[in-house]
Amino acid sequence: MAIDVKDYLQPHVSLSISERLDLVRRRFTDESHIAVDQEAFRNDDDRAVLYICPAQVFKLNEEEDSCIVNFEDCLECGTCQVARRYTSWRNPKGGYGVTYRYG
Amino acid sequence: MSDEKFEVIIVGAGLSGVAAALTLARNGVEVLVIERGDFPGAKNLFGGILYSGVLAELVPKFWEKAPIERHIVNRRWVALDVDSQVAIDLKSAHFDKPPYNNTFTALRSQFDRWFAEQAEEEGALIICETTVEGLLTEGDRVVGVRTGRDDGDVFADCVILAEGANALLSEGAGLRPAMTPANRVNAVKEVLALPSEIIEDRFHLEGSQGAAVEYFGGAVKGMVGSAFIYTNRDSISVGVGCLIEDYLGTKTAPYELLDEFKAHPSVAPLLRGAKTVEYATKMIPEDSYDDFSDLYADGIMLVGDCAGLVNPSIHHEGTNLAMASGVFAAEAFLEARKKRDFSRTGLGSYRSRLNASWVMQDLKHYRGTVDFLRANREFIDSYPRITVELMRDYFTIDDTPKTEVRRRLIRKVRDEVSFLRLMRQLWQARKNLI
Ligand SMILES: Cc1cc2nc3c(=O)[nH]c(=O)nc-3n(C[C@H](O)[C@H](O)[C@H](O)COP(=O)(O)OP(=O)(O)OC[C@H]3O[C@@H](n4cnc5c(N)ncnc54)[C@H](O)[C@@H]3O)c2cc1C
Ligand code: SF4
Repeated sequence: MAIDVKDYLQPHVSLSISERLDLVRRRFTDESHIAVDQEAFRNDDDRAVLYICPAQVFKLNEEEDSCIVNFEDCLECGTCQVARRYTSWRNPKGGYGVTYRYG
Repeated sequence: MSDEKFEVIIVGAGLSGVAAALTLARNGVEVLVIERGDFPGAKNLFGGILYSGVLAELVPKFWEKAPIERHIVNRRWVALDVDSQVAIDLKSAHFDKPPYNNTFTALRSQFDRWFAEQAEEEGALIICETTVEGLLTEGDRVVGVRTGRDDGDVFADCVILAEGANALLSEGAGLRPAMTPANRVNAVKEVLALPSEIIEDRFHLEGSQGAAVEYFGGAVKGMVGSAFIYTNRDSISVGVGCLIEDYLGTKTAPYELLDEFKAHPSVAPLLRGAKTVEYATKMIPEDSYDDFSDLYADGIMLVGDCAGLVNPSIHHEGTNLAMASGVFAAEAFLEARKKRDFSRTGLGSYRSRLNASWVMQDLKHYRGTVDFLRANREFIDSYPRITVELMRDYFTIDDTPKTEVRRRLIRKVRDEVSFLRLMRQLWQARKNLI
């Protein structure tokens, strides 16, 4: 297939996080593999998990001042539990979770 | 699987686990590898440059058959500030012939799968879609693993943990110090599709030649870490990795840093027309040699990332250390097997093999790198920035006389850099950075 060089002169555009997540195959059971100690989350002035997670799994429920965990978006890096020990993370059941095409 | 017994169980079919499995199977050991992904490599990710010295010994001329992307002939180290770059550029046709400087780009989902097949051909049994949830012990001795399957207990003379950077089992069993924001990097990466012809043109490459570009300084806002672009065959890998501690300290979201990096005026032209086809994230260990635990105990050994075996210096090597440690653990098992002693004493040659090799010599040499950078932030923040500014100012053409430009630059260095501190730092840097 001939390449049209003009196609490759357009700026690269960063996708939104949800568009990026859509590129990765994820398979999940109903059971969450991530738990958050809500009390400790409330006491975390930084609310660090809200920004440290590259998949934006943690969202703030403003009304209840609690942390929502969209565990099915998790890309399994383990960073949340290292950044804040009030998140407990375990490996999803075998065969579940992410499957990368490239890696 | 209930009550099954193998000679060795390996947890994780990544680079270290498979290198161990291949070596064991080749020597007639009954070995079971348990992998949580759908297939070996399904959950694995790196930058990445595959450093292949050990691989070439395990599978001679692997480059003729393995799914590798390109061999690296061009390495570039770039300091960025807000809108400028200064680079050191090494390009050598010397690297164009076997063994290609043992430096290749690869995609792990494809490479690890192939590597695991080589171990299977030697007789290793690899079970996928199975998560190891805990270790089985008798007294202090590890005797097997508990998997998430029904009847999921499996027994062995020896367990090799090759679970990677998110070392939950190793940490849980007290076999390594806790993972902390100061000893773990978070890395995010995108694979961007580009036709091979465009890549070769854009990065000045021919055929299967490849380029590896690492970015420092302003590229990662002066955090301990770096950004990278590696050329694959018909895609490029673009990512950033920084200490979690620094993300927390600056309240930066990793993907925002990645997006800023991609938009930098020095970087954006390399990405034109490229479409993101994958987004991924993982941790990288930056444990220091000084914090390593023994890495073995009764009936168990730790290899690769879970042991902390990554060279955190500018070399950024983990792949070859992972494979080397897998091979050493396999050899230690073979020695223990002769006496049928799989206790701590019996397996002790694992650590002595590691210690006697380049693996521990390198890790020992770079034991202070991360702490040095954490304590001397100028090396990742102001020094790269000042270097870029000096070069830019020196080559800025207006009608100022060159002698006046020189005077200004010297003044700038005097104002911004403490000479004594710099000398002291350079003295320490020779041990920690180079
Ligand atoms: C973004 C990034 C860039 C990198 N760049 C480079 C580079 O350019 N060059 C370089 O040399 N190194 C690089 N590294 C480091 C290198 O990738 C690692 O050092 C290497 O992959 C370690 O191999 P490993 O076998 O120890 O772990 P891994 O390759 O991570 O393998 C661990 C395996 O264990 C499995 N597993 C984990 N827990 C369980 C369980 N409980 N049950 C069953 N299976 C389990 C995982 O699914 C995985 O397959 C990079 C790392 C990252 C994250
Ligand atoms: S493991 Fe990584 S991707 Fe998953 S929730 Fe934690 S930080 Fe987010």
